[in-house]
Amino acid sequence: MSSYWRGLRDGLPFLIMVFPFGMLFGVVATESGLSISEAVSFSVVVIAGAAQFTALQLLNEGAPTLVALASALAVNMRMAMYSASLTPHLGPAPLWQRVFISYFLVDQTYAGSILEFDRRPRMTLSEKVGYFFGLATPICPPWYFATWLGAVLGSAIPTELGLDFAVPIAFLAMIAPMLRTPAHKVAAATAVGLALAFAWLPYNLGLIVGGVGGMMAGARTELMLERRART
Amino acid sequence: MIDDTALWIVIAGLGVGSFVMRFVFLGLVGNKPLPDWLLRHLRYTAVAVLPALVAPLVLWPGATDGQPDPTRLAAAAVTFGVGYFSKNVILAMVCGAVTLIGLGYALP
Repeated sequence: MSSYWRGLRDGLPFLIMVFPFGMLFGVVATESGLSISEAVSFSVVVIAGAAQFTALQLLNEGAPTLVALASALAVNMRMAMYSASLTPHLGPAPLWQRVFISYFLVDQTYAGSILEFDRRPRMTLSEKVGYFFGLATPICPPWYFATWLGAVLGSAIPTELGLDFAVPIAFLAMIAPMLRTPAHKVAAATAVGLALAFAWLPYNLGLIVGGVGGMMAGARTELMLERRART
Repeated sequence: MIDDTALWIVIAGLGVGSFVMRFVFLGLVGNKPLPDWLLRHLRYTAVAVLPALVAPLVLWPGATDGQPDPTRLAAAAVTFGVGYFSKNVILAMVCGAVTLIGLGYALP
């Protein structure tokens, strides 16, 4: 099977989380007075669920435009870390491909591709690029379509179904197999502890503190274990 | 109602800003080698950022107004446990979803 199709197959389960959330965004957007085309433009231009909800909520509350923009950008700061993390794998690709990869870089495409690249270190560049676009296919276009559908239907999605929890479940299922070495485990545990301890910080900065702290803890542990193995 | 100008400033600004953050390393660093210390940190990006993103959602779900919820905690534990021991992403998602839906019906 080509790596594009493998990526597409691995991305299909994300439909379960992308669809309800896209629809929910469409519903909330039209309820806030956005037209259908404005709601869909929002999803096409930005493709980042959490940041879109943040911006919309702040605009609804009457926050100053710049505050809404800055807060939503802060929520998306993790994308720079994803970009750095994928650079050793996808950096050698042609510029036009990197432009599209960057545009389609969201939590799901990042998590899915880094899981695959770590599992199969012998993938070639074109296989990695193919896999990434395969993953993005059932994730990004459905995000636009679901936004449109939500905006057109305009009926609220019942939360009793526990659909809100599709996001944590999908990410937990991907994180768990990544915890291969002691350094990975230390990184994850530190990140969780810091993210919870600093959850009170504004603009979602607790996530950044947890992420950066976890990365530092993982790198430290790796160095320590290497040194111990050598002596 | 949201002001039209404000809305389009936010859409455009957020679109451009998000793209810049996504492109900054992939696009500008590209093929140039990164220093060892940075690569060592980047190896742990996924296992640090994603758990930091998920942990508050598990402990304080928005759907229950931030109150810890036994059903969601159990579903999270099952998903993580199955994923950790089986290394099978799909199996972990299915087991977590079944736990969530099953307990959702069983518990009041």
